[in-house]
Amino acid sequence: MFYRETGQYKTSYAADMALFPIRQDRIGMALILLIAFVVIPLTMSSFTLSAVMIPILVFSLAAIGLNLLTGYTGLISLGTAGFMGVGAYACYKLTTWFPGVNIIVLILLSGFAAAAVGAIFGLPSLRIKGFYLTVATLAAQFFLSWCFVRVPWLVNYNISNAIEVPTRTMFDIPITGPNATPVTRYLVVLSIAVFMTWIASNLVHGRIGRSWMAVRDMDIAAELIGIRLYRTKLLAFAVSSYYCGVAGALMVFLWLGAAEADSFNINQSFIILFMVIIGGLGSLIGSFFGAAFIWGLPILLKLAPEFFGVAVKSATVEHIQFMVVGALIIVFLIVEPHGLARLWQIGKQKLRMWPFPY
Amino acid sequence: MEILYKIFVDPFVQMAGAPDLLIQTLWEGLVSGVLYALIALGFVLIFKASGVFNFAQGIMVVFAALTLVGLHAKGIPAFVALALTIVVMLVLAIAVERLMLRPLVNQPDIILFMATFGLTYFLIGLGELIFGGEPKVMIASELGLPKGAVEWKVFGGFVSFQKIDIAAAVIASIMVATLAVFFQKTRIGRALRAVADSHKAALSVGISLEQIWVIVWFAAGIVALATGIMWGARSDVSFALQTLALKALPVLILGGFTSIPGAIVGGVIIGVGEKLGEFYWGPLLGSGIESWLAYVIALVFLLFRPQGLFGERIIERI
Repeated sequence: MFYRETGQYKTSYAADMALFPIRQDRIGMALILLIAFVVIPLTMSSFTLSAVMIPILVFSLAAIGLNLLTGYTGLISLGTAGFMGVGAYACYKLTTWFPGVNIIVLILLSGFAAAAVGAIFGLPSLRIKGFYLTVATLAAQFFLSWCFVRVPWLVNYNISNAIEVPTRTMFDIPITGPNATPVTRYLVVLSIAVFMTWIASNLVHGRIGRSWMAVRDMDIAAELIGIRLYRTKLLAFAVSSYYCGVAGALMVFLWLGAAEADSFNINQSFIILFMVIIGGLGSLIGSFFGAAFIWGLPILLKLAPEFFGVAVKSATVEHIQFMVVGALIIVFLIVEPHGLARLWQIGKQKLRMWPFPY
Repeated sequence: MEILYKIFVDPFVQMAGAPDLLIQTLWEGLVSGVLYALIALGFVLIFKASGVFNFAQGIMVVFAALTLVGLHAKGIPAFVALALTIVVMLVLAIAVERLMLRPLVNQPDIILFMATFGLTYFLIGLGELIFGGEPKVMIASELGLPKGAVEWKVFGGFVSFQKIDIAAAVIASIMVATLAVFFQKTRIGRALRAVADSHKAALSVGISLEQIWVIVWFAAGIVALATGIMWGARSDVSFALQTLALKALPVLILGGFTSIPGAIVGGVIIGVGEKLGEFYWGPLLGSGIESWLAYVIALVFLLFRPQGLFGERIIERI
């Protein structure tokens, strides 16, 4: 009824290819942004902000990074957490070298370190593919997490072997370190996430994204129509790692406040891969859904017994959580292999018809 | 200069200086290699017959071992518990086929791969819920596995072989031989290979996909149980064993995903390479390199032979 594109004529290719070609989509997006930037910080408690919203945004960003590689280019990577770690440690080194530079600039810069490392570990992708490549990315994961533990230079020879986030301010408001309020941190993370999602969606709509998808669908055919495989695959690795690196830096500096090597272990990589799969391969909005689902589900499960007034031991809850998450993943793959993003599309399609069935 | 000396000369001097230590290291590498190979064997079985990369093999090892120990703790005699565990693995295989594989027929590989991730999580939760998360002691002596060590005097020193390790190597060899015969000579084995080539073609000549999958997952379950007993006897039975599954991956890419002998040879190369590297070159890098050395060996190897040592050549068509 209200969600129709009828009567919205496009008079140029640019208008036709715009990110949100339908006016209602633009309005909807503006509304979502308004809620995210104004309503949520005003209404949510600081606990919810720092324990739910910030992690979801950070993981969404990492999931977008992995999605660019796995969903758009078809290269499965299990080194995501390693690349996130590179971003985090690079950012820490940068803050010690350039204490005067704005922290946001440093966070965005640290992604480049991750991109470089990602491109190096992407080199085998030129020669091997499929599960063999997946295992090769595991080499990256294990090698990097070993480095985080064994190279004390990375943490400035800190005895605790952990990153401790210094306080940095912008316009005299602390945005990192112990003095930063959850609201400021949330807003900073949100701004970066929105900005980078916007860049990513432009990337995947353009020439680069199309060449990635061509490689994903069939690499030999892509090569035949003139796509240079090496460059395309390495670029995918670099861009994907850039996103993961920034996500890692945000995770340590704006969410956790301190991090050990263990924060970037193999399980983290798996969890982000889950987010991508559950959210939907090859969908940016799906990455947000996936992150919210995987991060939110355990929290909901934890709250559920209290809500129903049943006392269950916390260990038992954790075990059941594992079972439920595992079962849900299988059920999801059976019912909707294309993830939450497909449900979103179906919903939109239904809305377009509503209230008339045809 | 000094660093080059330390990398290229010093370790070999050490090896020549203390041959008994070298033999000991080689032996330990060999044993852990055999055990990696056992896990890899489980992967290969399922990959050969269904094209599914079964990530849950690691947790199946833990689950099988936990079931065995848990049943024995309830007062059931060891061998009855062993039989019951085999039944449990059969039930698991049937459940996996019914609830997971059957609805996912003809989905892309990555979806099936992800589904086994889901299975991993589910089994972790289930295992901890039923048996608790704390490490347990494997009932090695009750199952008649030997204890203690044999010492071998050589080159003025001595090398000690744990009896359990020898038993592990023997059992692993028997299992591999049995499986190889099973795959090559029996009717079911032939059906398995047909399914591996093409699901649809196998179906069209009247092979029951469901039955084959149950058999394969059951066989992988048995291999998991054997692996669980062996690893459990060397250390404790705990969920940490599950990460060993990841160690089997470099073994797999070395040997090739589809080759049973490849799994064994790959396992031994990785096991020996890892132990030698850790022992002789590890101190240079600050130890702990065991965690990634295997992957790097496999990675370097892949660059020269992308389909692994014994893997089938990948032919690509448009």
